[in-house]
Amino acid sequence: MWNWLINPKEPYTWVFFLRVVIKATLLFLLFNLLFAWLRPMDFISRLSLYNTVVVGRERLPYGENSAEAYTLTTDNIPAMFATHEINRAKAPDEYRVLLVGDSATWGFLLPAHQTLAQQLTDKNYLLADGRRVVAYTIAHPVMSLTKDLLLLDEAMRYQPDMVIWLVTLQSFSQNRQIGAPIIQNNPTRVRQLITDYELSLNPNDERFKSIISNMIIGNQRNLADWLRIQLYGFMWGATGIDHVVNEYTLRRNDFDDDVSWENFDAPQTISPDDLAFDVIRAGHQMVGGIPLIVVNEPMFIADGVNSDLHYNNFYPRWVYDEYRGLFTQVARTNDWRYCDLWDAMPRDSFTDSPVHMTPDATGELSRILGEMLTDYLDFGYLGRECD
Amino acid sequence: MTFNLTLIAIFTVGGFIYSLILPKSWRKWTLFIASLLAVYALQPPLLIRDMDFILPTITIFVAVFVWIATLPRTDNRLRMTIQWRDLFTMAILILLITGLAMTRHLPSEWQLLTASRPPDPFTIFLALLPIALLIILLGGAQINQPRQRLALSFIILIIIGVFIILKTESFAIGLSGWLREQTGRDASLANPLTDLNWLGFSYVAFRLIHVLRDRQTGKLPDVSLRDMLTYIIFFPSLTAGPIDRIERFQEDLSALPDMNGRDPSRIVVGSTRIVIGIFKKFVIADSLALFSLSITNAEQATNAGGMWILLYAYAFRLFFDFSGYTDIAIGIGMLFGVQLPENFNRPYLKNSITAFWQAWHITLSNWVRFYIFSPLTRTMLRWKRKPSSDVIVGIGLVATMVIIGLWHGISLTFLVWGLWHATGLFIHKMWSDRTRKWYNQFKKKQGQLRLWNWAGIFITFHFVVMGWVWFALPDLNTVFSVLGKLAGVGF
Repeated sequence: MWNWLINPKEPYTWVFFLRVVIKATLLFLLFNLLFAWLRPMDFISRLSLYNTVVVGRERLPYGENSAEAYTLTTDNIPAMFATHEINRAKAPDEYRVLLVGDSATWGFLLPAHQTLAQQLTDKNYLLADGRRVVAYTIAHPVMSLTKDLLLLDEAMRYQPDMVIWLVTLQSFSQNRQIGAPIIQNNPTRVRQLITDYELSLNPNDERFKSIISNMIIGNQRNLADWLRIQLYGFMWGATGIDHVVNEYTLRRNDFDDDVSWENFDAPQTISPDDLAFDVIRAGHQMVGGIPLIVVNEPMFIADGVNSDLHYNNFYPRWVYDEYRGLFTQVARTNDWRYCDLWDAMPRDSFTDSPVHMTPDATGELSRILGEMLTDYLDFGYLGRECD
Repeated sequence: MTFNLTLIAIFTVGGFIYSLILPKSWRKWTLFIASLLAVYALQPPLLIRDMDFILPTITIFVAVFVWIATLPRTDNRLRMTIQWRDLFTMAILILLITGLAMTRHLPSEWQLLTASRPPDPFTIFLALLPIALLIILLGGAQINQPRQRLALSFIILIIIGVFIILKTESFAIGLSGWLREQTGRDASLANPLTDLNWLGFSYVAFRLIHVLRDRQTGKLPDVSLRDMLTYIIFFPSLTAGPIDRIERFQEDLSALPDMNGRDPSRIVVGSTRIVIGIFKKFVIADSLALFSLSITNAEQATNAGGMWILLYAYAFRLFFDFSGYTDIAIGIGMLFGVQLPENFNRPYLKNSITAFWQAWHITLSNWVRFYIFSPLTRTMLRWKRKPSSDVIVGIGLVATMVIIGLWHGISLTFLVWGLWHATGLFIHKMWSDRTRKWYNQFKKKQGQLRLWNWAGIFITFHFVVMGWVWFALPDLNTVFSVLGKLAGVGF
């Protein structure tokens, strides 16, 4: 078996050994330089076993425990989308709806077949022109509108017919716009968004990770993530599991009397500039003529200790009321399609956080969204739930 | 701790220094000391206090005891002779272990050679000295050869007993619980994996039994304490084999002082084997591990195609993982001047189950053939009412394969795995005996022969793969569930 190695045509010499070492070093350098010159990372990232060898994933990869969830958290955006079922040819009778948002829209604590997008698709809404509504979630469990915009930017290549952007106040916080690794590890894309849409973010923010190198050694993490996500595809194909739904601690219902939120220590008037409305505006510009509906997502409204001060453990009442007022005002000023569903769900609809919902509640929200989008397409208004 | 990339790098660089720079006369001692230190360095940390220091120490002293017990007894003196060189080795041994224990006084980041903070060195020294004296006294007792044979059988039974306790889940949990009680820990948390993970014991046990049996049969060469210990705990093969034979190993050790350290062939071949091993283990096997069959995903699979992919991934992962480790061990061994035996020879490309077992874990197969199959079948052939040769072969194969199965762990699934292969080997033996003439004619038709060969490879591979279901899963319910799913039922 090892004859080729043990009995070479010519005996091994130190010169041979040195030649091998030098050639290996030169090849390593050459491949790195070629990689830096060709910059094939995006191309490689889009190569995928998903939707060909294995079925596409129903949501973007995100995994806190890769070994059990058969997925991983990666910041390689093209690779993330290449795993998604959206990365397949659009059927002629398909009305493609993108759901953008945070962990609630992604479906935290829900199996893949019970996410908002799947339940919306499963309801088989048919449009007047005969097309069926097929929803895809491109949400990612990070609360940042800039992250939503970043993913929407990539998703626009997949021919959406409509975008529904589910948001909550946390995602509007200026502090959270650049905080997430997915933002910090995609500095080129984010800086481009800041420039193109004149976002009020600092393109030179020191939290942006500098690209050490465009060579292979600088892309080790991306390459490794790309390979691992392909391999986890077999587990996804065999089990249909992409998220571990474990026991959880129920969201809090009792609070202390601290009413600070982010940088606001006490109740005060908030201006539109305090929140990232400019990112929502950028989203509207990005989608162009494609309908975009912004939805203020449902949240848990507590009735326990100090619930007169807090709606839930995310929000003191004063700040959320300010936010809703502002949102309505800004949406009206900008003529955005806006639907405020903040109190659309009863208390028992929520699981471990004020925005994560049970499968049943997610199903109910999918019904509301389905009726909203069909009402909008049929009659041009967002329906009674949004009034 | 098992082999990781850092350790492999350290061993490789060490191998280069050893070959190129180290004085020739230091080589044997270097291997001995490196192996001794590696027993402690490779041992994973354990939750029972000091156990990760005690278990390697037991490994070493059991090896010392076996060495003394297997010293040749001459007819005229009926007493073995311990030479000064061996007493010197014993002294070095005690000093090294005590020295290792002294690292407990270093800051924790400097305690690199032990799994956790070592025990008190004074206690260790006081414990080792009488143990060493006792071993010498016991081993040096006047004893004639028949009694020595009996004593050696008794030692083999003890080793097998310890092996059974460690490899049987209920016994291991019991022992773990008892040890926890003795050390003031919660016995209800007993877990052999975290309390009794005795690194390399399976391989050490087989080497010890080999030495003991060869002394009983008079085949064991004279061997010094240093060489015996180096053989038993040789660091490249401690964790995952191969299981070398002492007479072959000793030949390499004897040749070390004359070895040309600057021989480029040895360096090139050794380095290449290490690189190939790293690729097989850390790239291929670790990638396949992400989607290979396990107790968890066996229950989660929702379709037959997916189940087959998990099983194939498991089969290839096992091969690349194990053969990768073997390549690394052989490569490192070569850098240090020891040519460890091959363990794999393209096993999944063999066209019969017999050929598979001549190519898979070869050193284990050989060991079991030498010490189980051959003696057992020879004994049966000597019986007055001799069974038919088919029955003898059948019994020999069942005994051999069941022992290989149980060597991996004493459980019903490993037992069935052994029986599965014994059945395959027996059927193949019967088939090949009865079709030899037909097959010889068949050989003239090259095209059909090639087709027949590929069919053999396909059938053998899938026979082995189906066997891995028993090997990979811990209980019969899961095994049957997986077998059902592979056939497309039970979802």
